[in-house]
Formats: sequence, C-alpha cells, structure tokens
Amino acid sequence: MNLPDAEQLLAELTDKIRSDVTKDTVLVGIYTGGVWLAERLHKDLECTPPLGTLDVSFYRDDFHEIGLHPQVKPSNIPFEVEGRHIILIDDVLYTGRTIRAAINELFDYGRPASIRLAALVDRGAREMPIAANYVGADMVLPEDKMLALEQKDNGKLSLNLYDKISPE
Amino acid sequence: MNNPQLNKDGKLQHLLTTEGLPAPILLKILDTAESFVGVTQRDIKKVPLLRGKSIFNLFFEPSTRTRTTFEIAAKRLSADVVNLNIAASSQSKGETMLDTVNNLSAMNADMFIVRHSQSGAAHLIARHVRPEIHVINAGDGRHAHPTQALLDMFTIRRYKHDFHNLRVAIVGDILHSRVARSQIHALTTLGVPEVRVISPKTLLPTKVERLGVHVYHDMEQGLKGVDVVLMLRLQNERMLGARLPSAEEYFKYYGLTQEKLALAKHDAIVMHPGPMNRGIEIDSAVADGKQSVILPQVTFGIAVRMAVMTILAGN
Repeated sequence: MNLPDAEQLLAELTDKIRSDVTKDTVLVGIYTGGVWLAERLHKDLECTPPLGTLDVSFYRDDFHEIGLHPQVKPSNIPFEVEGRHIILIDDVLYTGRTIRAAINELFDYGRPASIRLAALVDRGAREMPIAANYVGADMVLPEDKMLALEQKDNGKLSLNLYDKISPE
Repeated sequence: MNNPQLNKDGKLQHLLTTEGLPAPILLKILDTAESFVGVTQRDIKKVPLLRGKSIFNLFFEPSTRTRTTFEIAAKRLSADVVNLNIAASSQSKGETMLDTVNNLSAMNADMFIVRHSQSGAAHLIARHVRPEIHVINAGDGRHAHPTQALLDMFTIRRYKHDFHNLRVAIVGDILHSRVARSQIHALTTLGVPEVRVISPKTLLPTKVERLGVHVYHDMEQGLKGVDVVLMLRLQNERMLGARLPSAEEYFKYYGLTQEKLALAKHDAIVMHPGPMNRGIEIDSAVADGKQSVILPQVTFGIAVRMAVMTILAGN
C-alpha cells in the first residue's frame, strides 16, 4: 500500500492552519507523533507563546484494561490555559479516544476559550463525536493495521503501516 | 528465585521491599513519578486514574507524614481513601491482623497500605489477600520502607541526574532503620558505585558489609568527597539504652554540622526522611541550609507514591 509523504502532508497542513493563527494562538502536541508535528508547526508558523505538550496516559479510558502506558512522559503546559485559543495537534486521528483524553487533561489546567484540532491523517472509524478542524489527508485503512508517524535522525517525518499487535 | 512482589508476568503486584526488585522496575517508578510531579504543580492536582478504587491505609503503628502523603497521593489519583488507626480500634478489642484484613477485603478494598511495627507484616498480608488486591509496605519493623527509599532515589536523581558516578553516605542508626536497608538495596541496584554507612558500632547491624556498603565509624572520614548525605533519625526511644551515652555526645560525633558537611563535595545534597531531631542528628543550620533538600523530598514523596499506586493498580 502506498502511503502519502508525511513531509508533504505537513506542508499542506501548515498552510491550512496558517490563516487562523494569531499572536495569541497556542499549540499543544500530543505525544509522541503530535509533539514532532507541533514542534515543526510552532517554528514554521512563527508562534510566539511557548509550545505545550501532552501525554494523555493519566486520562486514557483503557487504564483499567491495559494498565499504564509503558513510557509516560511529563505533560508540559507552559502557559495559562484559561481563556486561550488552543490548537491541539496529533498525528493520526482514529477512534477519537485520545482526543477525548487530551481535552479532559487540558481542562484540568483551566478553561480555554476554544480548542481546535489538527491531525496529519484522519483514518475515520470514530468511536467518539470528535472531528478535526485541519487535516493533512483522509485515509481508509484496514482495521488490523496501525498507522504510525516516525521521525528519522535528521528530523524528517514518515508514515508507516504495521500489523496491529492483538491485545493479550 | 520466586519474588512475592511480582506477578507471573514479572510485573509489580505488591511493593514490599526494594530488595530483589530489578532496576527497570525501580526506574519505571521514578520515570512515572516525573510525570506526576507536573500534576502536583497544577491548580487542579488530580487525575482520574483510580476513580472508583478503594484504598485502605492500615496503620498499626503511628505515623503522620507517611500516612498523610499516602492519603494525598491516593486522593490526587481520585481514589477513595479510608484511614484506619488500628492501634486504637479492633486490634485493641482482640481482632487478629488477618481478620481485620478479611473484613476490609469484604468491603471490596482494592489496595492496602500497611505500616506495622513487626517486620514481615505487609508480606504476610500480601500472601493472604485475593490476587486482585495490591499491598504497599509503608514500613515494617526494622525490615523495609520501600516508598521512602524510592522517593529518596527520585530526589537524588533530580539533583544528581545519574546514579553511576555517585558516592552516597548513610549516617546514623543503621541498626534500627528500615529506611537505611531499603535505601542500600535501591542504591546498589541502581548502580551507585560507592555506598557508605557512617555509624557508631553499637548502631550497626553485624556483617552489614555483605549488603555491599563501606563502613565508617569516623564521620569526618566517611563524609570526605561524598555527593549525597542521607541522614537517619535517631530514634529517641533508643537513647536511654546502653547503645548511646547521651544525645549531646551523639551530636558531637555523628551530628551533621556545617563544618562536617564541608568535607563532602561542595555541591553535596543533604537528605532526611523526617521527623528531624534538630541538635541531635542534624544541626539547624544544615537542615535549613542551601544544601538541604529535605522539603523537596516531602513534595516528591507524593509523586512517587502516586506512581507506585498507579503502576500496581494497572498490573
């Protein structure tokens, strides 16, 4: 299966977001792929406020089934969330459960004025009433495949497809 | 060797002691605690991880700080916490410890946090409870106090970043100290190349060298060039026995003063598990000085206990 070029999708996504970014807009990336994208967007869109990062492990709805994610990174929101216009960034939008967790976590920092969502790829199959405001590409993928964004040593991003590991 | 703390998948089922726990498990607790430090600094210091879980603080021995930090940690994970001061309840009416545990299990407890004056109490409870219940040892006799040792390791890593090039000195009453035992096991497992114990002969367990530590009876010698000084509480109740002549004399030889601390590295940190006896094991000028990280230890203790509870509940 031919996968789109992640770098080209990111360029298109950047253009779609650009006109909506004001000096008060803050970007928040979701670990891991969303943070790589957010770092690039933050630079290319010349955002002034610092970049936020979220690890939603403490807010996931499957903790009681699968336990804690093996590698939890600290979330870092280095600005006041209260009253801010936030763009949340993730690599692959799928069931919507990660975004639900991320929104819940953001509200524990304060009440934002608005939250918009940007995703590099929307692969459909939503299980929550969540939609992205900005999408690089829509893709339909078999259920047993996992789409992952990866970053090479030189910083270049690429999309890769894997067989989903069935839960134990 | 069968480790009663681990389940059949090698994951942490109970936390009873740092002895025999593999480094990756210790490091995972420390790494997870890093994320909880961020949570405890927010306006809303709560995450929904243990919503609906019931955690029982079973304290058969008095404790304020440890019980409070476990309670805060559990509440910040959204669990329901019940504090039982057993010394003042059923046991005084003649109920056995395991009957108390059975009754609380029948109330659908998910986790027990156990403090007991008898070594092995938490271990006994862990072997007794149903497999879905987790047990955390919050101090048993002279044996172990693993969450204290883990928060100490967390604090050391925060300030010193790497365990592999450190000299660490543990000073005081090693003989009666469950904290010291848990610290020694954690430090050696995490790769600290030189762990020293500094203590009068009367307050040192026999053959303590077998734990991989270097013994010093002279505090000036022992503090030379160390990166971390771990002070222990001199338990007042031991002062009257034959082990020590007087508090004044103990302070003279084993109390941490600015002059003695100057023999350690200039950026050495000073830690103490509390409660402190000022003027007995530590001088106020050191306890409140710029090298002291005693209050950060308390703050990190909550994040570390949140991490332990979360990892246990998830396994």
